[in-house]
Amino acid sequence: MPMDDAVRQQILDAIPSLRAFAISLCGNVDRADDLVQETMVRAIANIDSFQPGTNMPAWLFTILRNHFRSEYRKRRREVEDADGHYADTLKSQPEQQGHIEFGEFREALSQLPTDQREALILVGASGFSYEEAAQICGCAIGTIKSRVNRARNRLAELLHVRDGDDFGPDEQTRAVLASGE
Amino acid sequence: METGAARAKKNDAKPAKLGREVQARLGQQLRSMYDEVLSQGVPDRFADLLSQLDNKDNKDRQ
Repeated sequence: MPMDDAVRQQILDAIPSLRAFAISLCGNVDRADDLVQETMVRAIANIDSFQPGTNMPAWLFTILRNHFRSEYRKRRREVEDADGHYADTLKSQPEQQGHIEFGEFREALSQLPTDQREALILVGASGFSYEEAAQICGCAIGTIKSRVNRARNRLAELLHVRDGDDFGPDEQTRAVLASGE
Repeated sequence: METGAARAKKNDAKPAKLGREVQARLGQQLRSMYDEVLSQGVPDRFADLLSQLDNKDNKDRQ
């Protein structure tokens, strides 16, 4: 039986967000694209275990996330043996497409523990609910909430942003708000 | 001592110590980075791969 057209289309539709998730997770476009490729291969090999009508993006994100975690553990062992910490190699790999404006943010993101980073991306950028994110990461909803909180706090710390800091254009908005509007 | 459930409940009521402004700013940066990749659509490499895998899948099942 050929793959159902609707299922095929759902996989295709999910690719941009799978890539965005993978790039945000690992900070490297080439590695991210390899992760997406491996995710597609695994998904299609196991397509019979996908229940039509259920959440295709969540199913694919789960595969990608699990694959990333096992790769990460493997690589970390290898890299740590050779050059010390994996986190350092993440930092030293420049974003290949040269998005300078996100440089500092990416760098801060890459310094978060993996469980916090993935929770923050799933909820804050991919648009999954806490419940879906919990399902993808195989943990409790409360765990996701606390990881997202910790991720935000740590990011704010790394980027040296606090309430009341100068946020450029937003500063004006704040001033207007503070003036009683 | 606080239990995990009590902590989770507290987090529910108070999403973060960070102010809305900081949260909004961080969220905005995260989404811009993410959306930039989304806007690249589906690279040919993946559309091709899907066709390839789909054909192979069909053959395997026949």
